Amino acid sequence: MLGGDDVAPDLTDVRRAVEAASVAETARITATLIRVTGDWSLAEDCVQDAFARALVDWPERGVPGNPGAWLTTVAKNRAIDRIRNAASEKRAVGELAVLTELEGLEDGSGGYRAAGDDRLSLIYTCCHPALPLDARVALTLRTVAGLTTREIARAFLVSEATMAKRLVRARAKIRDAGIPYRVPPPELISERTSGIMAVLYLLFNEGYSATGGSSLVREPLALEAIRLTRLLSALLKGSPQEPESLGLLALMLFHHARRRTRTDAAGDLVTLEEQDRGFWDQSAITEAVALLAAADHLGVSLRSGPCSYRVQAGIAACHMTAGDFGSTDFARVAGLYDSLAQIAPSPVVELNRAVAVAMSQGPEAGLALIDTLDRTRSLEGYYLLPAAKADLLRRLGRQSEARSEYQRALDLAPSETERRYLGKRLAEADPGATAEFIPNESATATQHERGQE
Amino acid sequence: MEYMLFICSDPSAPEYVAAEDNIVEWVAEMEARGVARHGDRLRPVEDATTVTVRAGEVVVSDGPFAETKEWIAGYDIIACADLDEAIEVASKHPMARFGKIEIRPVWPLGE
Repeated sequence: MLGGDDVAPDLTDVRRAVEAASVAETARITATLIRVTGDWSLAEDCVQDAFARALVDWPERGVPGNPGAWLTTVAKNRAIDRIRNAASEKRAVGELAVLTELEGLEDGSGGYRAAGDDRLSLIYTCCHPALPLDARVALTLRTVAGLTTREIARAFLVSEATMAKRLVRARAKIRDAGIPYRVPPPELISERTSGIMAVLYLLFNEGYSATGGSSLVREPLALEAIRLTRLLSALLKGSPQEPESLGLLALMLFHHARRRTRTDAAGDLVTLEEQDRGFWDQSAITEAVALLAAADHLGVSLRSGPCSYRVQAGIAACHMTAGDFGSTDFARVAGLYDSLAQIAPSPVVELNRAVAVAMSQGPEAGLALIDTLDRTRSLEGYYLLPAAKADLLRRLGRQSEARSEYQRALDLAPSETERRYLGKRLAEADPGATAEFIPNESATATQHERGQE
Repeated sequence: MEYMLFICSDPSAPEYVAAEDNIVEWVAEMEARGVARHGDRLRPVEDATTVTVRAGEVVVSDGPFAETKEWIAGYDIIACADLDEAIEVASKHPMARFGKIEIRPVWPLGE
């Protein structure tokens, strides 16, 4: 406990130092301990113990000059103790080699060899396709982001016991099915890196979907996803996958910039057109624009293929840099959806493209595309198709057709939030109003809650 | 590590094209690589017999242990460095295209 000593540091400063170290060091130390010991549970526990020790030790003796080194020493010593004290029947093969390597680990946090590689090995393994998707997300949060099992459980609205079991199962599968702990070889690297990014983007979107939980619990997930994507980009620096990771980061930051305006006081969805751009986070937008430019530039020089996240970020950039909805460059948006349809074709992409075409070429052109899509029945049951159709019909003055399409959309709407939104549209007389459908908003449109700072 | 590949039928898979069935090449490659341990086709489920012993009595019945639309058409035991290699081996098997393949790690007694 803190005494009245002038020399003892402020407890808030200590907590801040521990938090900062947690962000910077958890992945690094965990990744290396896993590589050396092959034991995920042991590695996670030792890192957690080290942070717990810091919270006790640093208030007494001050925050160390090199927190990373201090934590590494404590964690590795803990690992050495636990391995030595383990029951002798369960002695692991090659234990002496493990102990030797642990003892020999340099303490400088930037010092031990291939620290970057270790973290990449960790992330690739956490996101291995043989693990169930929810386990990939949980394991990444636990070992790379350093969240406790309890924090992860709360964020995903399950009991701590359930989340603990999920993590135990995942570690067991890695061990028993022989998932290798490494950066994948060249022939696998592209698909596996896409796999990591899919996990991070899923995590980001989880931060904005509030399936019953409060945004206080969920938005940190979006922030965590951004932080992890920054880490990934840094680790991929110079590799052909770097542009894609920067594109993903830009996409996340563009979405994140709108967090204060996505829902209104009642928790209802606010469309892009209606959002008050004065409340958009301009520094996030500026950073995203710069990242996207860097990503595109790198993509050319590294000869990386076209990539879905960079194109999606390009579409977001058009919206986010326009002063108002009306002055958005919809022709460019439509063109980017053309590219997206080539890279990652899907009926939803086709629908969004049709809406962009309607905005740039007029409602008739868009309606023709939507009618074609409707006939394929590939979006049967997806409420945004009739909703988009209804808006275009209304703009063309075909009110009774518009009403029946709104009704069709209402019948398909997945929750109260969408029904309220469509109900409002149905009641609206204003022929100039349209809804803009950005994949992120529509994909996570369930029960939105007001974003918190 | 040893893995068992369960070579399974899959009614939703693309239609079987005999000309694209390169099982002979697959066997040759895997034997050359030292990956293949043992494997063969299995007669279809019409030729299966299921045995249980209940209350001391041996019960014999015709057919597979479970009635499913998918059934096991063959097996291969392979030895690979890790799961990624097992996945690569399985993905090259023609039945990965015309059926599905389950990869199950072998669990020796005593481990």
